[in-house]
Amino acid sequence: MSGDKHDFFDKPDNVRRLLRVFYGICALLVALDLVVHRHTEYRWEGLPAFYPVYGFVGCVLLVVVAKWMRKFLMRPGDYYDRVELAEADSQRGRGDV
Amino acid sequence: MFEVAPFVPFFVAAAIALFVRGWPRALLMVAVPLLGLANLWLLGPGSFGAWSVLDFELLLFRADRLSLLFGYLFHIAALIAIVYALHLRDTLQQVASLLYAGSALGAVFAGDLLTLFIFWELLALTSVMLVWARRTGRAYLAGLRYFFLQILSGLLLLGGIIFYAQAQGSLEFGYIGLGQGILDSVGSWMIFLAFGIKCAFPFFHNWLTDAYPESTPTGTVFLSAFTTKVAVYALARAYPGTELLVYIGATMACFPIFYAVIENDLRRVLAYSLINQLGFMVVGIGIGTSLAINGAVAHAFNDVIFKGLLFMSMGAVLQMTGRINGSELGGLYKTMPKTTVLCIIGAASISAFPLFSGFVSKSMVMSAAIQNGYDWVWLILLFASAGVFHHAGIKIPYFAFFAHDSGLRAKEPPTNMLVAMSIAAALCLAVGIYPQALYRLLPFEMSYSPYDLTHVLTQLQLLFFSALAFVWLNLRRLYPPELPSVNLDVEWLYRRLLPAAARSFFAAAFRLDERVRRTALHAVDRLMAGVTSYHKPDGVMARSWLTGSMVAGVVLLLGLYLLLGFSTY
Repeated sequence: MSGDKHDFFDKPDNVRRLLRVFYGICALLVALDLVVHRHTEYRWEGLPAFYPVYGFVGCVLLVVVAKWMRKFLMRPGDYYDRVELAEADSQRGRGDV
Repeated sequence: MFEVAPFVPFFVAAAIALFVRGWPRALLMVAVPLLGLANLWLLGPGSFGAWSVLDFELLLFRADRLSLLFGYLFHIAALIAIVYALHLRDTLQQVASLLYAGSALGAVFAGDLLTLFIFWELLALTSVMLVWARRTGRAYLAGLRYFFLQILSGLLLLGGIIFYAQAQGSLEFGYIGLGQGILDSVGSWMIFLAFGIKCAFPFFHNWLTDAYPESTPTGTVFLSAFTTKVAVYALARAYPGTELLVYIGATMACFPIFYAVIENDLRRVLAYSLINQLGFMVVGIGIGTSLAINGAVAHAFNDVIFKGLLFMSMGAVLQMTGRINGSELGGLYKTMPKTTVLCIIGAASISAFPLFSGFVSKSMVMSAAIQNGYDWVWLILLFASAGVFHHAGIKIPYFAFFAHDSGLRAKEPPTNMLVAMSIAAALCLAVGIYPQALYRLLPFEMSYSPYDLTHVLTQLQLLFFSALAFVWLNLRRLYPPELPSVNLDVEWLYRRLLPAAARSFFAAAFRLDERVRRTALHAVDRLMAGVTSYHKPDGVMARSWLTGSMVAGVVLLLGLYLLLGFSTY
């Protein structure tokens, strides 16, 4: 069983099959939205497929904005360490003398 | 009956732990939270331990439904974290963690503000040891920054207490509110800010994302449980229904998820998502209705367990591979399947999947928001819920255990770690499946059922389509790759700008100083040269003078005196 599990996600077929199931569930959830009568408390909530659209669009926006934020927020991994650790080292050196 | 305040067993055990080693210490540490929990159960609501200092009446133990729930929670969290850290042979960490858990209990059951302040500072003092216990340069500096902000919070609290006590004439720790009038509000604003720093309000949140990821694999589990939840408790007790908190909370729920998406250190991702979860609680406290407060408190309860579980699973990864950056991990499910499953349970809980614990508490805050007319806040929280699933629910397990194969073949962590994670996972499921057990412990009576068709369906839709967005972005290769990097945050102000400004200020001061010295030396040199020029051989002052000219000089002087003598009459 462990041998089977070891490379489960290494096989593209398995991944594809999983994704197909996943897409199926997504489609089913939207279909249920049309069948089930939801009780709503908020005016937009009653729109058909409000939650799926909100979830999808929200997450895509989240990622797009976050990617854009990288442009001005991202620094090399040693951005702080370069200065702070060097200072700490030199202080320690001075303390030892 | 002989009554023992809940913090006492922990402090006593910490003292004993200094002297015993090996399995007696392990036994002691596991026994303490269990015995403490039994003790607290027997104590129940009530108060004792009144003592007075100067003119102030202090109260060591005061329990109502609110503090009792946090008390139970802290015992459970301590037990899980202690089991998780059972393999350690590090006196510093073990003693500090017992003292830390004890301080949290002391703060939660403090009946007056001064007692609260004492435990507030003890929390800072004991928890920083858990950061320093990593024993790296980075951890040392992060700990210093952490400690500085925690102490600042404590000082603000003390200052606020002084003002508040003057205005109110009482130190009782109850509802404070932001108050009206200058004298009233100075104290209550200072206390508000002190709680806010510990609760990681925006602009004061970086101590959390800075220090927690630098702690030891086991230390972070303790840290994530106590400090911020004590702050949530304090806010729930002193500032329920403060509208400002709704907006602060909505901000807290929203902005960290952007950082979490682009952060590489997976424990830092969890730290950002911790702030996001705190946001939900703060919103609940700000709304202040019984449903909202119940939701905030229930969410605090669940968050400690599932965030602990996530930190534990990432701690296990760090422990076994020595790495924690998403860019260096991946494919670990092959050799760590148990950790993978446990991590996914934590991820499902924080994402609020039906049947997992987050689902039954987050929805209470959401419902309260919409019932009280906070439409925009509700939309933001809904966005934050989708975002949580995106960065904590999918990103954490995906980049650690799946994604591309990093080639790492780490073994499963030690048994005690797996046991601790299993306890937490079981609790996540238990609360999710049978929420009434938790609801019965909440501060207010209520009849709330999270499992109705609408709620389950809409939540599943939200989550599945968030996942769909992740899948789509990944297949389109639009998802930002994990990069070894640092993302600038508010901390930049005091980690870069302030030191740089100070450095250039001192450099300028030194330059000025040097110039002044040089000018002075130059002037002295010139003076010396001048003096020398008069006194050198054949200089004016060193020359031998003729007797005649001396006499002429004296006559001139006497003549001058004569003149002056006459002129005065």
